[in-house]
Amino acid sequence: MSGAEFVPLSLPAILIGVLAAIACALPGNFLVLRRQALIGDAISHVVLPGIVVGFLITGTVSTWPMMLGAGGAAVLAVVLIEGIRRLGRIEPGAAMGVVFTTMFAAGVLLLEQSDTSSVHLDVQHALYGNLESLIWLDAIGWSSLFDPEALAGLPPELIRMAFVAAVVSLATWLFWRPLKLSTFDEGFARTIGLPVTAIGMGLVIVAAIAAVASFDAVGSIIVIAMFICPPAAARLMTNRLEHQVAWSVVFASLSAVLGYVLAGYGPLWLGFANSVSAAGMIATISGIILGLAAFFGPCRDRIGAPVEG
Amino acid sequence: MLGLGYNALLVATGAALLGIAAGVTGTFLFLRKRSLVSDAISHATLPGVALGFLVMVAFGGDGRALPGLLLGSAVTAWAGLLCVSWLTRRTRLAEDAAIGAVLSVFFGLGIVLLTVIQSLNVGRQAGLESFLLGSTAGMLFSDAVVIAVGGALTLALVVLLRRPMLMVAFDPEYAAASGRDVRRIDLAMMGLVMAVTVVGLKIVGLILIVALLIIPPVAARFWTDRADRVVLLAGLFGGVSGFAGAVVSASAPNLPTGPIIVLASFVFFALSLFLSPKRGVLATYLNHRHYQRRVHIRQGLLALAQGQPIYERLTVRLLQGAGYARPDGVATEAGKVAAAKSLLDERRWQLLRADADFEATAALYDGLRPLETVLTPDQIAEIDRGLGPEASA
Repeated sequence: MSGAEFVPLSLPAILIGVLAAIACALPGNFLVLRRQALIGDAISHVVLPGIVVGFLITGTVSTWPMMLGAGGAAVLAVVLIEGIRRLGRIEPGAAMGVVFTTMFAAGVLLLEQSDTSSVHLDVQHALYGNLESLIWLDAIGWSSLFDPEALAGLPPELIRMAFVAAVVSLATWLFWRPLKLSTFDEGFARTIGLPVTAIGMGLVIVAAIAAVASFDAVGSIIVIAMFICPPAAARLMTNRLEHQVAWSVVFASLSAVLGYVLAGYGPLWLGFANSVSAAGMIATISGIILGLAAFFGPCRDRIGAPVEG
Repeated sequence: MLGLGYNALLVATGAALLGIAAGVTGTFLFLRKRSLVSDAISHATLPGVALGFLVMVAFGGDGRALPGLLLGSAVTAWAGLLCVSWLTRRTRLAEDAAIGAVLSVFFGLGIVLLTVIQSLNVGRQAGLESFLLGSTAGMLFSDAVVIAVGGALTLALVVLLRRPMLMVAFDPEYAAASGRDVRRIDLAMMGLVMAVTVVGLKIVGLILIVALLIIPPVAARFWTDRADRVVLLAGLFGGVSGFAGAVVSASAPNLPTGPIIVLASFVFFALSLFLSPKRGVLATYLNHRHYQRRVHIRQGLLALAQGQPIYERLTVRLLQGAGYARPDGVATEAGKVAAAKSLLDERRWQLLRADADFEATAALYDGLRPLETVLTPDQIAEIDRGLGPEASA
């Protein structure tokens, strides 16, 4: 594999995949510990109607209206879930199930009703993303990485994803102590005066930002997998939160790189002509990593936890 | 009937049966607080659909034969279910993490297999993607029969197993203590959820079948506290949603069946959330208003009795509405009587609460409850002895 082929065709996609995986895995660590792991699942379903509405209002498949629509839908979903949970006194899982399935159904209906067949907007795109099509046409080889003219032609998704990954990392670093305290001992965090509810909301908002940005580039399936699988695998590796977050970043990057390479080149090695879905393969690899951690991880047991049913 | 063709009517019947089966099965899941397990099960059907196709093509058959695809989806859905239960029991991961991991990984694997199928260049694979969101367009007569029969069989099994499942859903420890094998009943429950999911794949699609398992039971729960009635209502809501959704979807182009059925069931949910007599938002609001009214009137009467002015406008308005006061806040005759009675009641309560003999009764004090409703006349007479001569006059 020469640089002339690899750099324009695969490097941006791999980088986007890694950045998206890290951006989702970082908040995912706290969501898994707080037993809110399925928030990622809910957000990535409700984003669809937001994107469709954004498209219908502006009539174009440009990024910002769709991102705004997606963000608005995510916020609406969080408000609805909380509202239904409180007004109807329903357990959170069921409230979440009601909201995200209904919003997803509304999104599909809108999509079918509006004539979007002419543009690149369909359910499959929303689910699988379009990682394979994120190519860097201006690059001619490794030297392009130092060529300002060629760098200007980088896929905009890469720059956006890098920005979002930086924001998520920064937020995690800045709010590390309050996040850690309120995750492990909410009562204690409350008594020393931390705004526990606001921290929880902030976490969900950061997760939504990561999900919406990644959704556009890599599809919902990677988003859900990266929110849960790398943090869950990391949780089985260590008892220290610092180490867990580090492991999760390693696992997320590994899944993205291995998954992309296996999807793109694996079939060729086996003698098939076509590549397979990169998003699906990245999710699959993250699942294999989780499986390995569940079998061999040093901290996988439920020590002291009650045996269920 | 309804201007539908024979095939469309059969699809609508299948959708109604599926809706009933899903609503009834989902109730047990909901009461067991495991609604979202169905999300993992449904996503885990996708690799099975693809594998079923591949196997059938490998043996030279038609890759789209519905029974084969459903069999494949049942196999991987069961595998996904076992993964969720293994991860939850054997590792320290919580159930939600196990659900999310299984649903995303199995779904990802399914997409990989779908792209493998696309690259194989065997014909007629296009129908596979309709399993994502469901589609009744182009459904064969035999497909509709498979769905209707599957829905009916599932429903029959649920009816057979309802007692042990209800027991486990409400109180697993009691069920275990009375000799039931909780794990096996749980597995049976999950098996039924899986059956509903597999049967529903073609009509509602694997992403939205979860809605039919969750929304009708949640809606039904608003109307009654009795489990058997929740089950019946959920079946009713699910069945009507399924039938109405299929009919509406057949009535015009670009109305996909799955989403319409889900939105129909959401209508039931929204109506229940707002209108149910006991737990509904409207009823809660009215109760609150009623309570607020009673507090204001009581406090206003106490103020009148003690000759204090009332500054609160709402209180004056409420007293006036009840005929206890004039618009300027001065008590009417009826108001004076009611005020004296309230004051006497309040004094009696005070004595009662100071008396250690009435400790249990004193806990009932909420500033609103008349004492006559908790004590006998003899007891009240006894308390009145403590009031002194001037109060009893």
